[in-house]
Amino acid sequence: MRIVIIDDSGARATVLEEGLRDAGYDDIHVVPPRGAFVARLERMAPDVVLMDLGNPSRDTLEEMLTVSRALAKPIAMFVDQSDDSMIGAAIDAGISAYVVDGLRKERVKPILDLAIRRFNAFARMQTELDEARTQLADRKTIDRAKAILMSSRGLSEPDAYALLRTTAMNQGKKMVDVAQALITASDLLGGMS
Amino acid sequence: MTPIRVAFLGLTDSAVLVAAREKGFAEEQAVALDLVRAESWATLRDRLVYGQVHAAHMLAPLAVAVTLGLSQQPSALSAPYKLNVNGNLIVMAPDFAAALEPDAAVRLNDPLATAHDFANAIGLYHRKPIIGVVHRFSSHSLALRYWLASAGIHPDRDVVLRVLPPSLMVEAMKAGEIDGFTAGEPWGSAAIEVGLAEAVAASERLWQRGVEKVLAFRTDWMEQNPEPVDRLLRGLSAAARWCDEPENRTELSELLARHAYVDQPSELIERALTGRIVARRGESPVDLPDFVLFDREATPFPWRSQALWIYSQLVRWKMVEPSADAEARAGAVFRPDIYRRALADSDTPMPGASMKVEGALEAPLAIGAQRGSITLGPDRFFDGRAFDPDRIAEYIAGFDVP
Repeated sequence: MRIVIIDDSGARATVLEEGLRDAGYDDIHVVPPRGAFVARLERMAPDVVLMDLGNPSRDTLEEMLTVSRALAKPIAMFVDQSDDSMIGAAIDAGISAYVVDGLRKERVKPILDLAIRRFNAFARMQTELDEARTQLADRKTIDRAKAILMSSRGLSEPDAYALLRTTAMNQGKKMVDVAQALITASDLLGGMS
Repeated sequence: MTPIRVAFLGLTDSAVLVAAREKGFAEEQAVALDLVRAESWATLRDRLVYGQVHAAHMLAPLAVAVTLGLSQQPSALSAPYKLNVNGNLIVMAPDFAAALEPDAAVRLNDPLATAHDFANAIGLYHRKPIIGVVHRFSSHSLALRYWLASAGIHPDRDVVLRVLPPSLMVEAMKAGEIDGFTAGEPWGSAAIEVGLAEAVAASERLWQRGVEKVLAFRTDWMEQNPEPVDRLLRGLSAAARWCDEPENRTELSELLARHAYVDQPSELIERALTGRIVARRGESPVDLPDFVLFDREATPFPWRSQALWIYSQLVRWKMVEPSADAEARAGAVFRPDIYRRALADSDTPMPGASMKVEGALEAPLAIGAQRGSITLGPDRFFDGRAFDPDRIAEYIAGFDVP
């Protein structure tokens, strides 16, 4: 069973590829959707093609599937058109799959199940990473604001922190926003930062 | 408020949907309009067919193709509202355009002569010209094929048509992967602006009132939810009127320029809206006042004859086997009955008929209306042919190529 993953985000393709290998599939190829990728794909004659639903090159791929003479049989979207829950899960996970017509459903279903799980896991990882980055940036901003308060008003660190927090609560704002406003004001006034 | 989710692609002709949301026209009809951007027609189609959105900003030929089972999972779609007519450019690399009439206005105004100039230049070029199209089932592709064939160029033999998303066309021009392309605005203008391409044809000079994007629903959902559908159509109708007002064009291009929508400079977007098309970088614009229409001349009205014209072209290019059943199903994709129902109590002028001969008007013509007055603009095809929906086979047989 030859599986081709079309993806230009190296990380997501790797996550998916590893999962498939762990499950015992060994004929897996990752093709970035650039330049003459369609010709490459045609030479590979895959049984299953997996692609990110958000990739703008899906129309290019589908055109190849429509006109290609190299592929023996037309390729159809998703495994079984009647399997609505799986299609819904695939779309939610942001994955599209093309499968050689005639390939038995029970052979393809585990691949798609796995792809859905891996795509979801990858999306979760992305979200967590983004959140961690935001938290780190927020903490740096708050530290800078604290330093400004400490030096300009002679406050201790806990008092500077308490002042930022009370101000945020009184104004119904997030602490990081109050801290950012303080830094901006301080910069404008030419104060230390 | 009824939530309605509509998928769209980041193009200038998503204007009516964007205005309906951003200028409150949908909200006035108690519709909470959620616009979901898709990056490919395939994904927009899947989201509609598999029920993740209620409606979509769709290429009219794609709506017909999905209904006929020509584009992945078959699904009966309905288009009760046209989001625009016209709005596309055919552009080519300066190398290639050098063989054409140098005066851009003359070139754009005489597509037949330009097609023949292009035909003569093909043999002199070092390879078969590769032209980017956005989708097999796009109005752009059908118009390009029609235009090439008018000069004896067979689109499947004498040139290579390569499907690429509009957003990647400029990059493909830069990399030399394509020699030209046809796409909805602002992508033609974007390539012109960086000097990679020149305009060689404008859709409004190929077919003066060419069917373009429609609002497509899954037929079953549309029929089960008549009341929200009607309210959405009324909101879109008000939005379309706003979009066509010349004094709103700057604001509209700024709305469309936002990251969430087209994400391109408003100055580029405004060219299509004002019909002032810069055909070659640095030149003064060519006036094409009907470059894109949203509301006037009853633009949104889904004439069944226009769906049948699409069917005639699909048959012509052997994309579908002709049959009475396919013809009936293709024609039924356009739903003037829903349009009439939704706008029954409004002051929107309403055509009396649902079909007409396409391409027969050389000058504006007042037509019979159930309410108000309607003047249709000239709707000629550049080769002078007219499409009579009652004589489709004869019409198709009348073309020399293929």
